[in-house]
Amino acid sequence: MSWGFLRDLLSGVNKYSTGIGRIWVAVVFVFRLLVYIVAAENIWKYEHDEFECNIKQPGCENVCFDHFFPVSHIRLWALQLIMVSTPSLLVVFHVAYRENREKHHNQKLHKSPGEIDGGLLCTYLISLILKTGFETVFLVLFYKLYNGFKVPRLVKCDIRPCPNTVDCYISKPTEKMIFLYFLVATSCLCIVLNLSELSYLIFKYSIKCYLKRYSKKCQ
Amino acid sequence: MDWGALHTILGGVNKHSTSIGKIWLTVLFIFRIMILVVAAERVWGDEQDDFICNTLQPGCKNVCYDHFFPISHIRLWALQLIFVSTPALLVAMHVAYRRHEKKRQFRKGDQKCEYKDIEEIRKQRFRIEGSLWWTYTSSIFFRLVFEAVFMYAFYFMYDGFRMPRLMKCNAWPCPNTVDCFVSRPTEKTVFTIFMIAVSSICILLNVAELCYLVTKFFLRRSKKAGNPKHHPNHENKEETKQNEMNELISDSCQNTVIGFSS
Repeated sequence: MSWGFLRDLLSGVNKYSTGIGRIWVAVVFVFRLLVYIVAAENIWKYEHDEFECNIKQPGCENVCFDHFFPVSHIRLWALQLIMVSTPSLLVVFHVAYRENREKHHNQKLHKSPGEIDGGLLCTYLISLILKTGFETVFLVLFYKLYNGFKVPRLVKCDIRPCPNTVDCYISKPTEKMIFLYFLVATSCLCIVLNLSELSYLIFKYSIKCYLKRYSKKCQ
Repeated sequence: MDWGALHTILGGVNKHSTSIGKIWLTVLFIFRIMILVVAAERVWGDEQDDFICNTLQPGCKNVCYDHFFPISHIRLWALQLIFVSTPALLVAMHVAYRRHEKKRQFRKGDQKCEYKDIEEIRKQRFRIEGSLWWTYTSSIFFRLVFEAVFMYAFYFMYDGFRMPRLMKCNAWPCPNTVDCFVSRPTEKTVFTIFMIAVSSICILLNVAELCYLVTKFFLRRSKKAGNPKHHPNHENKEETKQNEMNELISDSCQNTVIGFSS
């Protein structure tokens, strides 16, 4: 079980997505998942070992690291990727349900089970809203937990058992900051794509409804 | 999910590329991505552990390392390879869109559609002309831009492509100017020069491909200007000859009919 599972999941979703949805999948694969695996993971690999405090007091380093990094950036990033990809499963389940129903009744109930209309449209819109919601929640969480997206070189710590205020140095702060900004930029891009897709679908189906009503009136 | 997945995605684009594009893709995967994964990552693997400063002051090593390596070579290369591969996705999306349109036409039973079944549409190789030419050319242009930007960023950040053995650091909390020693500087220099050389080769291949496409475009235009009667999309030498023969036959038939009636 690894990131390959997420990749297979998202490839399945791609089939039932709109054009903008496919661009979203490509952005998540290439600019978030791939960057996470080939670059970001290695930067945070030894973050605890390389976190150094100017003191010999046993336990002080551990306590200070835990205070400044309640949840590591890299773990939050992984959680964000998983939570943001999961709402797409709703669409996959709904399509599978439709196909099952058609098999059960032994007749064609829809033009095509993957056609985005009726109930599937609602599911798709809900999945878009959830995706956008999760992205925003994680961005706010990052901002609140770490007081912005900066990673300082030096943090001052005075928690017991540290005897007084002690200087602690974070490893690779600049590199971590660059990748955090990259994460924020790609998250914002994904939010923009989700909102565009939402507007596009709502607009398209409102026009469709309006034209149907208009043609009924004419008849 | 790793570089193999990128290979799968880009492998599909390979079918619709020019020969130079295929060579570029091979160079990218064998001489850059594979070298990065099997060799370069090991060389830079212990870069911070073995970065040693001549001081016992806690924090000095961390701060000096961060000062001299704001972003590691390895990460910069990984980002460069991702950005340089991404424009090919534009071509993949355009091809997928064209295929989707052809499939839609086929399903509607459009008589204009020249395919016998869906499998033929799936396997078809599109020629690089029309809007696909513009997408393909833009993707090559963006590739060039990204390569150049990253090479410049490398040169700017590390003051050239050499990795020094010794760096002098006096960032706080180091008490004074301290000597810091980089691990495996010669090996790192060798790999850096190798990656830069292969980047340059890729830039040359992209420039050659761009020139080839532009030349082909102008040649095609001048051919069209020379033969205005024929339809631009279904042109080839045999069809031209056949069309000329048909015209001759129809002209001679008309003359015969006129001859009969008179």
